[in-house]
Amino acid sequence: MSDREPLFSSKNLKLLKDPLGADNPITVQVLGICSALAVTVKLEPSIVMALSVTIVLAASNVVISLMRHYIPPRIRIIVQLTVIATMVILVDQFLKAYAYDVSKQLSVFVGLIITNCIIMGRLEAFALGNKPWPSFLDGIGNGAGYGIILIIVAFFRELLGSGTIFGFPLFEKIGLYKIGYENNGLMILPPMALITVGIIIWVQRSRNKDLIETH
Amino acid sequence: MKSFSNTYIFIFSAVMVILVATLLSFVAMKLKPIQDNNIKIEKMQNILNSVHINSTKKDAEDLFKKYVKDSYVINIYGQKLSDEKALEIDLKKEVAKIEEVKLLRKQLTDTTTSPFRDFMSKMVRFEETNKGQVDHDINDISQTRHLPVYIVEKEGKTYYVFPMQGKGLWGPIWGFISVEDDLNTVYGAVFDHKSETPGLGAEISQDFFEQMFRGKLLFQDKLFKSISVVKGGAAPDDVYGVDAISGGTITSKGVEAMIYDCLVDYTNFFENQRN
Repeated sequence: MSDREPLFSSKNLKLLKDPLGADNPITVQVLGICSALAVTVKLEPSIVMALSVTIVLAASNVVISLMRHYIPPRIRIIVQLTVIATMVILVDQFLKAYAYDVSKQLSVFVGLIITNCIIMGRLEAFALGNKPWPSFLDGIGNGAGYGIILIIVAFFRELLGSGTIFGFPLFEKIGLYKIGYENNGLMILPPMALITVGIIIWVQRSRNKDLIETH
Repeated sequence: MKSFSNTYIFIFSAVMVILVATLLSFVAMKLKPIQDNNIKIEKMQNILNSVHINSTKKDAEDLFKKYVKDSYVINIYGQKLSDEKALEIDLKKEVAKIEEVKLLRKQLTDTTTSPFRDFMSKMVRFEETNKGQVDHDINDISQTRHLPVYIVEKEGKTYYVFPMQGKGLWGPIWGFISVEDDLNTVYGAVFDHKSETPGLGAEISQDFFEQMFRGKLLFQDKLFKSISVVKGGAAPDDVYGVDAISGGTITSKGVEAMIYDCLVDYTNFFENQRN
């Protein structure tokens, strides 16, 4: 593939960069909201979730892209699901073996990556019609776009809800509690994740007018 | 778009499924020992934690060997079962037995407590509850209980650690409770949960909740009384109660039920040890 096109041509870089901003899977395509609400109470599980989704997405994209000429269109959805499910089970098993604490925190959500619309969406929309390398970049890009939102949401939810950053008691150390501050318990519950995502969408669209739907 | 024959589709799916199945079972088999070891180490850390010994993943096994002098499995009469290992007892099965006994007991009391229930149970069940038969069943199930005991020696003192498992609001909760050598005073307790609400029920695994159990008593005049989790806060001089988690009532009640259900079957053991 490198004869005709350099590995990081501008077209390929666009695949990597677009999902981070203008084509973000959560804030623009509004996919993968469910897990974004569920795992963002603390930063650590969010990062592991973001990494897991990125790995699953990139790997499934590559596998589907490699098989794209051999997959019968009539059963392509089943094939995609099988590939995704395989990757997810692999990630889950490895987490259980090598990151036991985190896998306990994420519990069912690792398994639910299978139903994450971002993955199936990218396989169907991109990997089925593109070569492995661009598909890989597309997977990494979309996974990172998903991850960035997760981390932003988790940062605010952990800071305002529990007063900690990565479990480090920041507010306690700077003495906020002594002057009467209290943690906002609502931030821990899922509705505030949705509101936080909403605020991110609002900020993004007010900065980038192209994203505002006209109809 | 290319078209594929049905034969191709069938072969394609079959090959794909076989490949995937082989890969997954291979990986699962390879990783199983590591995963089991993680669970074992977590158990050891919890046991050490219940007697106020901090451990990390790395030194948990060594500390466990150092402090846990003995561990065995007993039956409800307090007799040792020599061919069982404490760490390998599946608490889930034990909890199922407790639940079954509870259900049977309910059957016994249900028919006699209220006229309405009496009427309902007659509508639903055509046969009268045979008290003798139910008692026999309860006895049968109780006979098969396996109760693990861990004996810890720390700074010249002996502590007994008992595992517990029960139900929270959303899923299972579990923990370990350690008792001093008078077999009455609680020395420490640890709790954990699968999916309780963060900030509410999930607080049972926090230090402030676990610390409250220290110094509480299990027996009143040699009768098993257990520790209750009191909504609105236990009285400061109440040696049989701790404060419930505000906003986590069902989880708190779950903890209370768990302590009672899991420890009541040790009553004979407690008595044997005291004499």
